[in-house]
Amino acid sequence: MFVYLVNRVLLMVPTLLGVAVLIFFMLRVVPGDIVEVKLRGDGGNPTQETLDAERKRLGLDRPLVEQFGEWMTGLFTLDLGKSMWTEQPVTDEIALRLELSFEVALMATLIAILIAIPMGTLSALLKDTWIDYAIRIFTIAGLAMPSFWLGMLTIVSLLFFFNWLPPLTYTPIYEDPWNNMAQLFWPALSVGYRYSAVVARMMRSSIIEVLNEDYIRTARAKGVFERLVVMRHAMRNALLPVITVIGLEFAFLIGGLVVTEQVFNLNGIGRLFVQAVGRNDFTLIQGMVMLTAVVFVVTNLAVDMLYAVFDPRIRYR
Amino acid sequence: MVAVAVEPRRDVANAPVILSVENLHVHFATSRGLVRAVEGVSYQVRRGEVLAVVGESGCGKSVSALAIMRLLARPAGRVAAGRVVFDGRDLLKLSDDEMRRVRGREIGMIFQEPMTSLNPVLPIGLQIMEPLRIHLGMGEEQARLRAVELLRMVGITDPERRLNQYPHHFSGGMRQRVMIAIGLACNPKLLIADEPTTALDVTIQAQILELMRDLSQRLDVALIIITHNLGVVARYADRVNVMYAARVAEQGTSDDIFLRPRHPYAMGLMRSVPRLDRPRGVRLETIEGLPPNLLDPPAGCRFAPRCQFRVDVCSSEPELLETESGHRAACHRAVEFASGALAPPALQPLAAVRAAEAQAEVAPILAVEGLKKYFPVARSTGLFARISAEVRAVNDISFAIRPGETLGLVGESGCGKTTVGRLILRLETPTAGEIRFGGKDIAGHDAQDLRAMRRRIQAIFQDPYSSLNPRMTVGQIIAEPLQVYRMVPNARAAKDRVAELLSQVGLFPYMAERYPHEMSGGQRQRVGIARALAMEPSFIVCDEPVSALDVSIQGQIINLLEDLQRRLGLTYLFIAHDLAVVRHISNRVAVMYLGRIMELADRDAIYAAPQHPYTRALLDAAPVPDPEVERARAPRALKGEIPSPLSPPSGCVFHTRCPLAGEECRREVPELREAQPGHFVSCIKV
Repeated sequence: MFVYLVNRVLLMVPTLLGVAVLIFFMLRVVPGDIVEVKLRGDGGNPTQETLDAERKRLGLDRPLVEQFGEWMTGLFTLDLGKSMWTEQPVTDEIALRLELSFEVALMATLIAILIAIPMGTLSALLKDTWIDYAIRIFTIAGLAMPSFWLGMLTIVSLLFFFNWLPPLTYTPIYEDPWNNMAQLFWPALSVGYRYSAVVARMMRSSIIEVLNEDYIRTARAKGVFERLVVMRHAMRNALLPVITVIGLEFAFLIGGLVVTEQVFNLNGIGRLFVQAVGRNDFTLIQGMVMLTAVVFVVTNLAVDMLYAVFDPRIRYR
Repeated sequence: MVAVAVEPRRDVANAPVILSVENLHVHFATSRGLVRAVEGVSYQVRRGEVLAVVGESGCGKSVSALAIMRLLARPAGRVAAGRVVFDGRDLLKLSDDEMRRVRGREIGMIFQEPMTSLNPVLPIGLQIMEPLRIHLGMGEEQARLRAVELLRMVGITDPERRLNQYPHHFSGGMRQRVMIAIGLACNPKLLIADEPTTALDVTIQAQILELMRDLSQRLDVALIIITHNLGVVARYADRVNVMYAARVAEQGTSDDIFLRPRHPYAMGLMRSVPRLDRPRGVRLETIEGLPPNLLDPPAGCRFAPRCQFRVDVCSSEPELLETESGHRAACHRAVEFASGALAPPALQPLAAVRAAEAQAEVAPILAVEGLKKYFPVARSTGLFARISAEVRAVNDISFAIRPGETLGLVGESGCGKTTVGRLILRLETPTAGEIRFGGKDIAGHDAQDLRAMRRRIQAIFQDPYSSLNPRMTVGQIIAEPLQVYRMVPNARAAKDRVAELLSQVGLFPYMAERYPHEMSGGQRQRVGIARALAMEPSFIVCDEPVSALDVSIQGQIINLLEDLQRRLGLTYLFIAHDLAVVRHISNRVAVMYLGRIMELADRDAIYAAPQHPYTRALLDAAPVPDPEVERARAPRALKGEIPSPLSPPSGCVFHTRCPLAGEECRREVPELREAQPGHFVSCIKV
């Protein structure tokens, strides 16, 4: 098991390296750079000299190999450079928003799990009854409704029914938990609804499938209580594919909530991402792509570890 | 027949009835309509008795057992009528919780697939202890002790340690032992075993069945064995129910059924299986046609459309009536059979001696010399993966096949027989050795050379369900090789050729429009044969071509293969695990074990006078469908399991299970030597 873990962690290195190389060159293949956006953006008409001078200042005039070398060495020392727009360290820019995005993602995941696991299970056990139909309608609605729109509805209803709006500025949870929650609960809820729909549907089909397995029939033939058949025999097997879905969704939430962040006026990773791309801020984009890659790779690893906890066959390998 | 000390049959005829199934009807609601899967089935099981329920797939034998346990798939399946009286109570009237208390406590059940019947994520110990704790209220410690005792009882060594292991640590045979331990955990009065050994090898099958019978006698448990294997029935059953198309066709003691069958279906079944205990050289008698579709069964006798004794009265439904004491048959003409007024015709001998048997001294069409195939196995995955082991699937084997001959290749799972077939087809590249086909070594051929060769060597595979592309019509499947190899000038000619091939394998030209799922298993296997024939090959590798088929269909396919061989002068390599089938179709037989050939000889020689202890054990383990023969045989079962091919035993690979093995067998790898002319054995002891 330990060897397996070390192996997996080491295998992350080539994956991340590949991403780093790809994003570096892809950005530079596409025409345009930050200097153009910065100086021409608002209809300005700078001279070629001004442009060159700004490029020189930002180091964009250096040979590609040199820039690439710097990016690579920076990666290994965890120095992602400075944002070309704000000229603050990329790590600082990300750290500032990561806390918020991470919290929203985590809360949304919790909400999703709390809703989805019982609902999916219930739906599977009561298959083709009105409860099942109701749950399926509820989950289909979750998939069909964009979460930003649900977010807008939430804000409007809060205002309309309670004459209250969530706080607009972010306070870290360790400073003012109440204020923090009051602000982040609503986006987490509106995202969590869609998320829970995905998970609940997976849970439902997974349980239905597992309940058809031979070993469930064996358990019943032993005279095991139906409750135990579900909780002990079916659940652990059924959770495996569900964990995969949860992991994928979680990774997506970090950096993927562009519109929802807009609706709730949150200063999160998603918004930063859009800004960085809009401004051709090479260093920031690279940094954020690396962040996303790390989040995905680490979540994947976590999912695989959880698999091993639930399934002894994987532990064995 | 030589009278050997006949094993005393217990006197179960007078034991009290423990289970009485009365007029059971089971219906399944499907999207295409109501399927009456069991119709009016009645039988009784006495205390300590072994009842076998035989029949082909879909005849309702498993469904009726699940109905007793009330484990039918809900909500589709339900018991529409009938009573299941167990120990004085009608199980169908119990509440769900009362029924739960019967399951596992008073009736245990064992299923077909040991690989999937245990929960993969729970330790074995917990799975055995579960019924003990639930039904008998045992505490953790007490249940653990009992579980250890049970594992020891079913022959699992080191039970304390194995309790904490998971199902994937156990082989198929071992898992089935665990299932038996679970089934017997609470000392039930009845154990239902649904095809308990179908997924297992012959030697393991013998171990499991001997164990089950032994335990049922010792613990006085009644046993219902559901099976399609007539040999198993003859050896282990006291009484037999023969089912056909949702109904009981015949019912009686195993002597009644095997020696005095009164229903044409039972007779046909008995005559359509190749048998180890009958002289060879007779054509298999088959039951033509297919079992009826239960969505729309024929009126009257369900077997009538396939019955050679059909008369007018058969259009009315026959009742299950007693012909002799305790012997019932659902046939209008049963009395005529009983009185001897009517009897099936004598078995016909094969029309002509096959070409190969006449001409022995011909150059072989295929010769394999020192063939080896090692598969590398990576012990760990990831960056530091290294190839730390290899599976020696095929280890230095040699044989030759003459034109027009059939060489049978038998062995248990994992012995490498399928790999040999794949090597000859060059679907795998040999690690070493020669494969000379028509004089040329094809072992080292590249893709270009292989193309020409592939036309002449074709394959028929085991599973007719998964070896045909479900998105292609039968016509497209058969025509594809014709077009690839430009064997027909245009689409019209291809169509004609497909029609011709379909008729050749006993199908109708219009079936070219059908998709594989619209056909039965036997029909699909015929399509597979037509596809192979399309290339006009001279050599066909048949890899378990009939093992997925029901007995009556199996006979049809075997006869077809034999006819084709005679008509087209084909040569077969016939790979199978069923000794009787191999004996029936082969001219010579090679027995494989762990990648090596143990014995290779003329069919009659190998079956009449097997030399190698493994061949003897294999033949000994396979029960024949004759209760008299079986009763006369001593209980036997080859001990132990097949060792892992990752770490085969040193010296002779068979020494770990061999009754003759001595110290020298551990060291010396025996060579395949010619013990008698044409009879090769690799054993230093014989």
